[in-house]
Amino acid sequence: MNIVVCAKQVPDTTEVRLDPETGTLIREGVPSIMNPDDKAGLEAALQIKDEIPDTKISVVSMGPEQADDVLREALAMGADEAYLVTDRRFGGADTWATSSTLAATIKSILGDYDLIITGRQAIDGDTAQVGPQIAEHLGLPNVSYAEDIKVEGDHVIVKRQYEDSSDILKVPMPALITALGDMNEPRYMTPGGIHDAYQKEVKIITRDDIDIDDGNIGLKGSPTRVKQSFPKPLKEPGKVVEFEPQQSADFVIEKLKEKFII
Amino acid sequence: MSKEDYKGVMVFVQQVDGEITPVSFELLGKATELAKDLDTKVTAVVIGNDIQDLPPVLAEYGADRVLVIDDPAVKKYMTEPYVHVMHTVIEDYKPEIVLFGATAIGRDLAPRVSARCHTGLTADCTKLEIDENDKGLMMTRPAFGGNLMATILCPDHRPQMSTVRPGVMQKNERVPGRKAEVIAVDIPDLEDHVNMEIIDQIKNITDKMDIQDANVLVSGGRGMQSPENFKILEELADALGGTVSSSRAAVDAGWVEKDRQVGQTGKTVRPNLYIAVGISGAIQHLAGMEESDVIIAINKDESAPIFSVADYGIVGDGLKIVPLITEALKKEQAEKE
Repeated sequence: MNIVVCAKQVPDTTEVRLDPETGTLIREGVPSIMNPDDKAGLEAALQIKDEIPDTKISVVSMGPEQADDVLREALAMGADEAYLVTDRRFGGADTWATSSTLAATIKSILGDYDLIITGRQAIDGDTAQVGPQIAEHLGLPNVSYAEDIKVEGDHVIVKRQYEDSSDILKVPMPALITALGDMNEPRYMTPGGIHDAYQKEVKIITRDDIDIDDGNIGLKGSPTRVKQSFPKPLKEPGKVVEFEPQQSADFVIEKLKEKFII
Repeated sequence: MSKEDYKGVMVFVQQVDGEITPVSFELLGKATELAKDLDTKVTAVVIGNDIQDLPPVLAEYGADRVLVIDDPAVKKYMTEPYVHVMHTVIEDYKPEIVLFGATAIGRDLAPRVSARCHTGLTADCTKLEIDENDKGLMMTRPAFGGNLMATILCPDHRPQMSTVRPGVMQKNERVPGRKAEVIAVDIPDLEDHVNMEIIDQIKNITDKMDIQDANVLVSGGRGMQSPENFKILEELADALGGTVSSSRAAVDAGWVEKDRQVGQTGKTVRPNLYIAVGISGAIQHLAGMEESDVIIAINKDESAPIFSVADYGIVGDGLKIVPLITEALKKEQAEKE
């Protein structure tokens, strides 16, 4: 079977620090990584390939040229093919234009697929929109928030997480699934895999390689606009004290009374 | 079709097993405010089966009109039939704004609906306002893992759509007897849109209060050192009529259940009182609790970022201090009785 995995290169937002003076982001030195949910999606695809050896995994990433790094990592983990969707004309895309572009790429270049797996969301945007929107553009059923994915014949069995429950869903393929980061522990790259990854070709896909209307790509194809972005307003600092434990407890009781909580 | 033809604020009301999800009331509260600024009305859309009890409640919480789609095919949430219903009512009623809760259902449904309507969608908003000049919706959300805020517009497409973080907007005071126009919407052949099968449902059973419903949260982090030490937090929470929550570190360590987690990847809470014990206060955690009315932080490390949002910070050992607070509280309560 053929599986397409979408993976994004993201800044590791857990490594981002704020400048305490100005409240602005310190972007320097923040490492770029494969988005964690996407990596779990790739691992889910690799586990299917472990079960069904006659499986081809194609990884697609949209972004700048440096995103080649995450595709090499995917190849080193065991993916078969890698595609980098990169073109200045795709720049400034919101989730609508991004999903249109990825859907057109999958349709134009990777037409023969059974399953598409994306991460639930990327840690730099946290929108969780691109996966379901790709499915919409391709007219596929989708399941979001997958905790487990298993292939059974021409169906896929997905455990779908909600806040206080999970559904087990039986979905006909082709379908699109979005993976939760904690569904598995992604495997490490092997030395042989890393070597092979640099022997393989990462195919470059540009605007001219895919069949899509100019009104659906880049900034022009994006219904939303960022009006402004700003650091989180800082709260006025409160009162910080250091006492003996009993005195600390009394201080808390006093403040709870002042605030009419007790 | 110009954007001026779109009028009104529409709210997707999430119900599960006949019970309305709390964020839906919060959306009705925000929608009431937006509708007032736009001089228009609030329409609630509720989808399910055997849900005739729900429209009167929605009216009392601020809906002026309720569209009811009552059909066995949509008894349980499933993406495609719900997308088809929302797309159909949006085409028919042409609202200028559509709001969804940023729940595991809303965050699955809204992206496909927005794509089908060919419009923009802004995820996980924490602030919604009407621009006084052009009457557009200004949607503000945390970005970059909660490190930045971004205000997003949808200038040329309609409706303007957003998902809204639970626990952030204020619901209206319930007005008993408030009425709404209730319309039963019939969508033909809905069962044909069912494109997958639910073969099992697993409920996570918990007898604990949802942390988003609690007025008081006593929250523990890595500094609690062990799952056993959460017991002292439970005792304090009980004495204050609240419940226990936690930071991501305590969830990742396996000390507490994921549904207790406060923060960017957990839940957003705004209780009357939030007591953080042994939580350093990563930015992702602060994003989930800094709107609490009163914040008390207890931490050994005086440079812990949690102190930057705390109204009262105590540098010290929570494991020693918390039992003393509980004891003092119990003494107070005994004296009152």
